[in-house]
Amino acid sequence: MLRNFSRTPWLSLWAAALLASSRLVAAQNPTLQGHPDDYPRADIEYGAAIYAAECERCHGGDGDGVSGVNLRSGNFRNAKTDLQLRTVITNGFPTAGMPAFSKLDAPQLTGVIAYLRNMNTFDRGSVKSGDAHRGQLIFEGKGACLRCHRVEANGGRIGPDLSDIGANRSPGSLQRSLLDPSSQMFPINRPVHIVTRDGRVINGRRLNEDTYTVQVTDQDGRLLSLNKSDLKEFTILTRSNMPSYKDELTTDEIADVIAYLLSLKGQ
Amino acid sequence: MTMLRRIPYGLVLTLAALASFTLQAQVPVPPERLLNTAKEPQNYLIYGGDYFSSRHSQLTQVTPANVKNLSLAWVYQSPVAGSWQPTPIVADGIMYLTQRPNDVIALDAVTGRVFWTYRYNNAPDLLVCCGSNNRGLAILGDALFMGTLDGALVALDTKSGRPLWKTQVADSKSGYSITVAPLALKDRVIVGMGGGEYGIRGFIAAFNARSGKELWRFYTIPGPGEPGHETWEPCPPNPKTYCDPEAWKHGGASVWVTGSYDPELNLTYWGAGNAGPDYNADQRPGDNLYTASVVALDADTGKLKWHYQFTPHDRYDYDSVQVPVLADITFQGAPLKAMLWANRNGNFYVLDRATGKFMLGKPFVKVNWMSGFDAKGRPIQTPQPPGMPTYPAVQGGSNWYSPSYSPRTKLFYVSSWQNNGQLFGGTPIPYEEGRGFGGGVNQPFVPSADAPSRGIPGAPTLPNLRRGPINNWTDVAGHGEVLAIDPSTGEAKWRYSMIDVTDTGIITTASDLLITGGREGYLQIIDARDGKLLWKASLGAQMLNNPITYAVNGKQYIAAMAGLSLFTFALP
Repeated sequence: MLRNFSRTPWLSLWAAALLASSRLVAAQNPTLQGHPDDYPRADIEYGAAIYAAECERCHGGDGDGVSGVNLRSGNFRNAKTDLQLRTVITNGFPTAGMPAFSKLDAPQLTGVIAYLRNMNTFDRGSVKSGDAHRGQLIFEGKGACLRCHRVEANGGRIGPDLSDIGANRSPGSLQRSLLDPSSQMFPINRPVHIVTRDGRVINGRRLNEDTYTVQVTDQDGRLLSLNKSDLKEFTILTRSNMPSYKDELTTDEIADVIAYLLSLKGQ
Repeated sequence: MTMLRRIPYGLVLTLAALASFTLQAQVPVPPERLLNTAKEPQNYLIYGGDYFSSRHSQLTQVTPANVKNLSLAWVYQSPVAGSWQPTPIVADGIMYLTQRPNDVIALDAVTGRVFWTYRYNNAPDLLVCCGSNNRGLAILGDALFMGTLDGALVALDTKSGRPLWKTQVADSKSGYSITVAPLALKDRVIVGMGGGEYGIRGFIAAFNARSGKELWRFYTIPGPGEPGHETWEPCPPNPKTYCDPEAWKHGGASVWVTGSYDPELNLTYWGAGNAGPDYNADQRPGDNLYTASVVALDADTGKLKWHYQFTPHDRYDYDSVQVPVLADITFQGAPLKAMLWANRNGNFYVLDRATGKFMLGKPFVKVNWMSGFDAKGRPIQTPQPPGMPTYPAVQGGSNWYSPSYSPRTKLFYVSSWQNNGQLFGGTPIPYEEGRGFGGGVNQPFVPSADAPSRGIPGAPTLPNLRRGPINNWTDVAGHGEVLAIDPSTGEAKWRYSMIDVTDTGIITTASDLLITGGREGYLQIIDARDGKLLWKASLGAQMLNNPITYAVNGKQYIAAMAGLSLFTFALP
């Protein structure tokens, strides 16, 4: 009895959840109504491609392929936040015939949500996707990214290894990394400036830290584990050593580099 | 049955005194021994150390002066992977502990060598939200008692591990489980039910220690006609969002951490867990008693004497399953039979344990879900706008790991998570038997350097209870602190900060040692008087349990689990 009672509103609720409506809402954080600028164009574009590959078969190019569901209308009654929408996509609705898309990784989910939130105004014809091959050439050539970063067996070790960056970062985050590196730096990867009690100066990047010790890689790529009690100075910097590529690369070149980075999914 | 045969207490003491000789006397543990644990500090007989759950040991062999000489005595390695959360008990030189899922091991507390192992066969298709956890045993007479993941209570012979009886307490197919260490008192054993993430109706029940027969049961959600049922309010007509007209039947209020007992008042105190569904409070209007509350029950009848609800209408999974610490203190110039409680919701409380009266409440971590208390001690709630972080996060200001109270320093010690926030989101979820009943999603909050209130886009999910060896947490997302709180003011007298957070309980000693750990994997001994580090050892994996100290043949040991190993230290 309870179950019968429960199931009806459940289905209708979720059908309603998938029914779109009014205005653009925003935010790649799970805000209810963030600012539209919170969705980077790079994420929306990436999401459009994911949508075309994974969602369009049922929901259609205009988002109205499933009876009673119009994804273009933007406001999902019971998936108001992006976090809730993420759950909907990841878990699916078996009772409504929607499979779980648990295979989508975090950047792909971020992209498809950004696209869904902007579907009613976004012109897919305007997408000018970057080219991963061209991006690799820029990454290894003009951008000189390998001087600090490593991809598989190639490159430096001053910056974080990027071999699986495409499985961890959304296009929008990568774009911001290229334009404003400090804004996207993970706290654990922050640069450190250390002076030991015996006068040794170490500039490097934090790999791990606990209450009593810190593990870093220095500018020569050496792995060092230091007791904090042996340090005279230990500064964690919030500015990245990576330069901004805002004025170094064109918009198209940045799109190419992003496409290349997104292709790096690790092993 | 000889399990509870009465042995004159004087004889017990005489036998205990013989413990300084090479052969440890091994005698049953009648109720009198459990009432007088302070007289035999060499043993650790109750989950909370004593009935007051003070976790304060009278042992003094290891001191601030000689603690630097501690060295490894032995290691026991569990063959079962997964977080290891039990608190061992020690009786007359024998250590008893559990390991996943419901194994019981008896080993020599001097060498770590195993006497016997009991393996309980759980029902298939267990429903456990958070891993196959078990937090330990109770001992009474010559029996050990353990709750099981499939909702049973079993009694075992202390000498052989042979099962004496088994009582099925609740149906595991509905999501009921027992992870709590039972509490033994008088002739009975008390347990509470886990399963708050599966829409159970929680309860606490007492069982005859000889037979396993149920003596009383107290539902932590009152039924129709019972006081408190009105706090599960009827659904409004045409609610804007989903409302469950039978919310009380599956409203959670699980009990998964051991309670305390005041023999004089004959009251046993238990904390009740979150309301279900955890994150969609809209579908269960009302305060939702006795979720996120402490209940004081008559130990003989299970009748409710009083209750206090820490988090009415809980929407943050703020289980009140911390161990109730009982202490006789001076409060505002007058003696007070107090209950001290550092709640998951981020507030430290002092309650009158005879009446339940709210005496003091003060945040011990960053709190923004409420702004203060009204005159009766009810929190003034300030839910945050969607997309803004709530402090404390879902793991709370503290959680299930045990605090300690030292009558020497008159300080209450707790492991806390500081400045840790979370983004919460509710989703309607009708109840279905055996289905997860979370009703929402939430995620850790990592403030962004350029937008501190917004979080880092694309930041990886932070590790929760099972962090790896790399600390991706950092102080940006919160950090751990041991706090020494003065109960008369609620203010911290000192703080011991860690980079990572901590899920390790605390034990203090009469030599003013404070023994604890953390996710970083250090066993740390701190001076309980001033918070200075005295000694540490890197055990190589996070500690998710309560260290203990005990003695055998006049030698004091300190035992703590890290990862899958139990390490025991002693002076040379």
